[in-house]
Amino acid sequence: MKLVRWNRPELTTWPTFGRLTDLRDEIDRLFEAPLAEWARSSQLLSGWTPALDLHEDKDNLVVTAELPGMKKEDIDISLHDGCLSLSGERKSEQKFENAEVYRTERFFGRFQRTVTLPVAVAADKVTAQYKDGVLTITLPKTEESKPKHIDVKVS
Amino acid sequence: MKATLQKETNVPQSQTARVEYVTPEVDIFETTDGYVLQAEMPGVSKSGLNVTLEGTEITITGHRNAEAVNGEALWRERPTADYRRVFELDPAIDTTKIAAKMEQGVLTLTLPKSEKVKPRKITVSD
Repeated sequence: MKLVRWNRPELTTWPTFGRLTDLRDEIDRLFEAPLAEWARSSQLLSGWTPALDLHEDKDNLVVTAELPGMKKEDIDISLHDGCLSLSGERKSEQKFENAEVYRTERFFGRFQRTVTLPVAVAADKVTAQYKDGVLTITLPKTEESKPKHIDVKVS
Repeated sequence: MKATLQKETNVPQSQTARVEYVTPEVDIFETTDGYVLQAEMPGVSKSGLNVTLEGTEITITGHRNAEAVNGEALWRERPTADYRRVFELDPAIDTTKIAAKMEQGVLTLTLPKSEKVKPRKITVSD
């Protein structure tokens, strides 16, 4: 029998509906949200999809993913054709399997996420760090991808 | 009938600003020796964690590490709010022996039951 998660409102990042004047804005936002966000908030569709942020500064792309309770050996990162793939497996701890389960909300098992990178990165200079359950991947841009300043000459 | 370990209470409403929190996901197990609660709070290190016991209620709050990322956000899914969750404890728990451990964003709370409620064999005298 598969356990179906019940999503309580606090688990999503949608705003509260307490303010009626903002209700229309919030409904608009609901419909404009990318499909990936719907899939993420209903884990029935996609299994475990860890939350991920992508930031860009002038020298790097930085991906941060929430992967609590994993061992770094169980995380796989690969870069192929301008796409970054994160996958892995979180194994549940053996010693608790015989205990009486009161409540389970955490996900265990495999996860997989792929991010299409907007600019080219230097694959050999990519670094990753795993601290406090957050995986931070720093992808330095190639020289061609960095923004360049072009001087305007007046003759 | 067993007393329940926890009954969620909502964040109390304050008169001025309402602070938003994210509820961490938890797993709760029970053995004959006690309860084990595991809460997921990625981005929180030991220094940002706060576990407070008040009577029969235990409050877990996790303050996220400051993000060192600069630059423009192209895609955001991670919540920015701190974590908070409140539980009401089973009176059988020995509150002086509660232990907490934080590893890679997962808080493991061990709540042993007091000796007198554990099952005990009673020998029959002749």
